[in-house]
Amino acid sequence: MSTLVDSQDHNHDQHHTPKGFKRWLYTTNHKDIGSLYLIFSLTMFIVGGAMAMVIRAELFQPGLQLVDPHFFNQMTTVHGLIMVFGAVMPAFTGLANWMIPMMIGAPDMALPRMNNWSFWILPFAFSILLMSLFMEGGGPAFGWTFYAPLSTTYSNDNTALFVFAVHIMGISSIMGAINVIVTIVNLRAPGMTWMKLPLFVWTWLITAFLLIAVMPVLAGAVTMVLTDKYFGTSFFDAAGGGDPVMFQHIFWFFGHPEVYIMILPAFGIISTIVPTFSRKKLFGYASMVYATSSIALLSFVVWAHHMFTTGMPLAGELFFMYATMLISVPTGVKVFNWVATMWRGSITFEIPMLFSIAFIVLFTLGGFSGLMLAITPADFQYHDTYFVVAHFHYVLVTGAVFSIMAGAYYWLPKWTGHMFNITLAKWHFWLSLVSVNILFFPMHFVGLAGMPRRIPDYALQFADFNAIISIGGFAFGLSQLLFVVVVYKCARGGESVPDKVWEGAEGLEWEVASPAPYHTFSTPPEVK
Amino acid sequence: MEHDALLKKLLLSAVAMFAFAFALVPLYDVFCDVTGLNGKPSMEVAEQSQKVLNSRMVDVSFTTHAQQSAPFAVKSQQYMVQVKPGEMTEVTFFAQNLSGSARVMQAVPSVSPGKAAKYLHKMACFCFDKQAFAPSEQLEFKLLFYVDTELPADVKELTLSYTVFDISDSVQANINAATVNSGAS
Repeated sequence: MSTLVDSQDHNHDQHHTPKGFKRWLYTTNHKDIGSLYLIFSLTMFIVGGAMAMVIRAELFQPGLQLVDPHFFNQMTTVHGLIMVFGAVMPAFTGLANWMIPMMIGAPDMALPRMNNWSFWILPFAFSILLMSLFMEGGGPAFGWTFYAPLSTTYSNDNTALFVFAVHIMGISSIMGAINVIVTIVNLRAPGMTWMKLPLFVWTWLITAFLLIAVMPVLAGAVTMVLTDKYFGTSFFDAAGGGDPVMFQHIFWFFGHPEVYIMILPAFGIISTIVPTFSRKKLFGYASMVYATSSIALLSFVVWAHHMFTTGMPLAGELFFMYATMLISVPTGVKVFNWVATMWRGSITFEIPMLFSIAFIVLFTLGGFSGLMLAITPADFQYHDTYFVVAHFHYVLVTGAVFSIMAGAYYWLPKWTGHMFNITLAKWHFWLSLVSVNILFFPMHFVGLAGMPRRIPDYALQFADFNAIISIGGFAFGLSQLLFVVVVYKCARGGESVPDKVWEGAEGLEWEVASPAPYHTFSTPPEVK
Repeated sequence: MEHDALLKKLLLSAVAMFAFAFALVPLYDVFCDVTGLNGKPSMEVAEQSQKVLNSRMVDVSFTTHAQQSAPFAVKSQQYMVQVKPGEMTEVTFFAQNLSGSARVMQAVPSVSPGKAAKYLHKMACFCFDKQAFAPSEQLEFKLLFYVDTELPADVKELTLSYTVFDISDSVQANINAATVNSGAS
């Protein structure tokens, strides 16, 4: 791959840039917006994490000691909403903004003004959501899944704020997704054919289509909740001819593709990092592309596996069970491809690689507990227990979040021009790895033993495991502060890095200077 | 620039998916009707039964359940009746408004097993209409129904369950318009 890097005039362009806050408010530069997304996501990660600390502090002992049950419910609800829509999704969008134009040799995102909007409406969405916590009656307390009638008949008047916050988040995600698609379809450098696209770009392209397909359905669901609650419609009210079970069908029609929205870009990051530190080409590039597409397609026909206990007919339960299990085939292809990439490679264990290997092992573990949940008769025991909580935290924390950490460590030197503090980063990794398993692994046991989720109090026999889980939780929470320190120090200074930060790395992003200049690829590179 | 064309298509898809979310509502009902899932019986007045099948008996039980905060007590006279398919049967329900104010009730029927729902035909039912109650008023309702002769052979018993809702708030505005006792014929 050879490139023509055009970097002669990136300095004089900055004369036009306003200074201070306005520089960030008015920016249409993909790198600025990427940084904004990432900083916002890290802030939300800390806020949502603080709520998790409240939850774990209350659950440290049986009985009610710190918060009242209604506040506890608000914490579980808003923790979920913040982590899904405020931490994981904006982090991936931030990485997409930073990396996709540099990976495909584009000067910027295709629709820079819309890009600015899609970021700047997000802080408003989350301010609305967080402010509702301080209003009379409190914030949303019906779980992040906002099942009717909990969110309609039994919710308080602040529900409208939740609905509008979700609307804004949805609009932001849809605009972000449209931008990604237009960029990838229209702005690839000459010679960058579809099957030469880096996998991070491929997985994001597919994710963007998923976003456009399901975020509007979520918007529809919250709109129906809004009109049911305030305008007398009866979408989910049986007394008026509606059906509360239909809420679950509509919600999970969005909800299941949503979980792949949070994991497909992670697959892309891992597929980028593993070859770099194995010093081999990615094993099975084409099969990775097809596997990602199959996962995306299958994600539309498995939603009711969240609803096995709603009284579905046997045929429905069998269909959704088999369809769900079918997803493990393309996912397995991916895991085996990563392992095959490492096989007989000359592996080194830099920080991004450590996070990637932890991802492969622990995400696969979360996948296995997902398979257990997919077995309909067994699901009746696991449903709504801590086993489910363990499952989705393995795939979302040690899956999505670990991949984001891996990606951040991998590209941070390219963004800042400095190597991060490796000793601190190693502490961050090892403390996270140990504490995350102390935090989530015992949840499998208490779940199998029957501890229900979303409760502020529990039976005495779960006390010891819960104390251990809480200690793991506090340790994991505190360890993430190390990450903040590492990022801050790296942005401020450190050892300078060469253009190609990692010697095994491949791709256009490593052919621009470090730190990446404000404008890259003003003249498209030639990809051979 | 071809950006605009692509942008338009993608925006249109997003709008279409928003509309699709609302289209799921009627689709859901149609799907349940066609497959007979969900135990939702018809809310239309059925036609007269044409023939009676003497060869088999079906147990039909009745349960009623008032939603939390719905101040009604509704009970059927018999807990269970044995009927021949096609045979018209009348069952009396006693209903009382437990509150000291005028209330409006809506009963929503459901049949278990779900696949039997479309074989239960109601010719008169208090669930067809809203029912207005004076304070503490007691009313008697008649349910006239028959089981279809086509009822699958493996269904030997079925349950007709009524969930009773208090819809006074939503009909308060036109409470006078509500048909009083129209279902109690």
